[in-house]
Amino acid sequence: MALLSVQGISVSIGALNPLEGITFDIDKGEILGLVGESGSGKSLTAMCVMGLLPRIGGSITKGSIVFDGRDLIGLPEIELRRLRGKRIALISQNPMTSLDPIIRIGAQIDQVSNLHLGLSAEAAKARSLELIAQLRIPEPAAIHRAYPHQLSGGMKQRIVIAMALAADPDLIVADEPTTALDVTIQAQIIQIMVELVRDRGLALMLITHDMGVVAQACDRVVVLYAGRVAEMNGIGEIFAEPKHPYTRELIRCIPRFGQAPGSLKGIPGTVPSIVDYPDGCRFNPRCSNAQALCRDQAPALEPKSSGLAACHFSEV
Amino acid sequence: MDASVPRDDSLVTITDLTREFSSGDGFMKPRRTMRAVNDVSLDVPRGKVTGVVGESGCGKSTLARLVLRLLEATEGKVIFDGKDLATQSQSEMRKLRRQMQMVFQDPYSAIDPRYTIRRALLEPFKVQGEAKTAAEGKATVDELISMVGLSPRMMDSFPHQLSGGQKQRVGIARALALRPSFLVLDEPTASLDVSIQAQIIDLLESLKEELGLTYLFISHDLSLVRYFCDRVVVMYLGRVMEILPGAETQPRHHYAHALLDSNFEPDPTRRKIVTMLGGEIPSPFAKIPGCAFVARCPAASDICKRERPPLTRLGDGHMIACHNPMD
Repeated sequence: MALLSVQGISVSIGALNPLEGITFDIDKGEILGLVGESGSGKSLTAMCVMGLLPRIGGSITKGSIVFDGRDLIGLPEIELRRLRGKRIALISQNPMTSLDPIIRIGAQIDQVSNLHLGLSAEAAKARSLELIAQLRIPEPAAIHRAYPHQLSGGMKQRIVIAMALAADPDLIVADEPTTALDVTIQAQIIQIMVELVRDRGLALMLITHDMGVVAQACDRVVVLYAGRVAEMNGIGEIFAEPKHPYTRELIRCIPRFGQAPGSLKGIPGTVPSIVDYPDGCRFNPRCSNAQALCRDQAPALEPKSSGLAACHFSEV
Repeated sequence: MDASVPRDDSLVTITDLTREFSSGDGFMKPRRTMRAVNDVSLDVPRGKVTGVVGESGCGKSTLARLVLRLLEATEGKVIFDGKDLATQSQSEMRKLRRQMQMVFQDPYSAIDPRYTIRRALLEPFKVQGEAKTAAEGKATVDELISMVGLSPRMMDSFPHQLSGGQKQRVGIARALALRPSFLVLDEPTASLDVSIQAQIIDLLESLKEELGLTYLFISHDLSLVRYFCDRVVVMYLGRVMEILPGAETQPRHHYAHALLDSNFEPDPTRRKIVTMLGGEIPSPFAKIPGCAFVARCPAASDICKRERPPLTRLGDGHMIACHNPMD
């Protein structure tokens, strides 16, 4: 059984229904990419998994989120708190949402293993220093004493990753962890994070809009479009033979080395706004293959020759 | 230096351009100066796309503003179409600005939120003191709007009613209003989704052909720059590290190589082990006597610490500033 299994969840926030029928699972030792453009519901999906939806006034109206055999929906806040940080850790895009500006770096990492693993002050410090070193930060002892503002953005994000690893979680949810960083720093952090996750056999849910990062790091991919799953497939299949036209078009939008000038075409139209979702398949106004059926009826997420896709006229 | 020799085919020639900024008032805080752009020379060939790529703090946006004289240079020259920008009077500069326009990263901050699209597109003519009758104005706006692929229905919309991609199209239409020959594109797609980014790049490509434009394209995205640009200028900490004559040319500067190596291709069969650069980008206030990249360079030798490598010619259009280039 998968470590985390999300089955058909729908979310409402006030009168809006930003997510509909989101389905995917992650096994131990697996890196799952969650990709999509802005407004597709990537971060909201992360919030569902973390049980943070009530904080923004949202609620899950349908479906289940089963983590290690337990349904997280309806779990009392006190139980969720035990899971968060200890068994499911979050890495967010902006490291300063996770770091307290007036507490030393060391104390913030120590606190995680102290709280969740019950380590003594010395043991927690030793563990933090080890983690800092594993993230290839030079002079761990000096960093342990430093305040967040003394570090660069890339260093701060590494500290947040160290904090996420400190309690030995089973699942890490990383929401665009390198989007705010420069490319050379991004490449290093993705590499280190993937290495650590693989070494420890953790599950990683990597949320990103960057198909290059997905290609480099993930085992399987869920593609979201306008609050629904368009496709879920293995990494090789997603790039070699995508089953949903949106996936295919999305990959075609990335310039490749050696590509002929003038051959880069975008997807016509724009991502629909949540207040104005089209009927039927939400991709139909932008799809070159849309038929009458696509405008009338939302396609179900179904098994194809590989993976799952929600398309009436799915490519083989 | 080769790059500074004005050539017939270059629309813009930049020679030894430097811009300093200072912080601290010298009273409570010591005054410190940084060189955001440090002795940069390059030319922008007519009818081509010259790309400037680098990470944050490399001076690429400052360079963009200096080239249009939106910022005054501390030292050095920008020659546009044979005219030295620094010696132009304000009114001459205003006339010259018809020729050179900029497209900004964030189109929302470039357009007054209280202006309709129609008014925003007519504003450049007003600034230039060019009166238009209502009919002329409508014809102009119609033409501009269809040129960038927007529907005429949007003329009376406000910026907040448009999506990011549509706003950027308005930004481009406005830059084109006065029929310039030269556009500086400062990360025009950095805040857009990839499907929209590709649309905008496609549009910029066809406008360039149609109108015979010359572009200076500023970006941090190397794969985009390699696709879109005829020449690629790699900057680091205010300095030019390497100028590549085309996308196929392999970089020989260690920084340019690292930048390329950090770029993940959208192809899972081509995963790679990234070479880890040691250290961080130094503070822009640091005074570095030698090569700016010396602290992180795997091939750094003594001379790199002492002497700044000059930008020298490697081959046709290929320039490099490195004492120990890669093979």
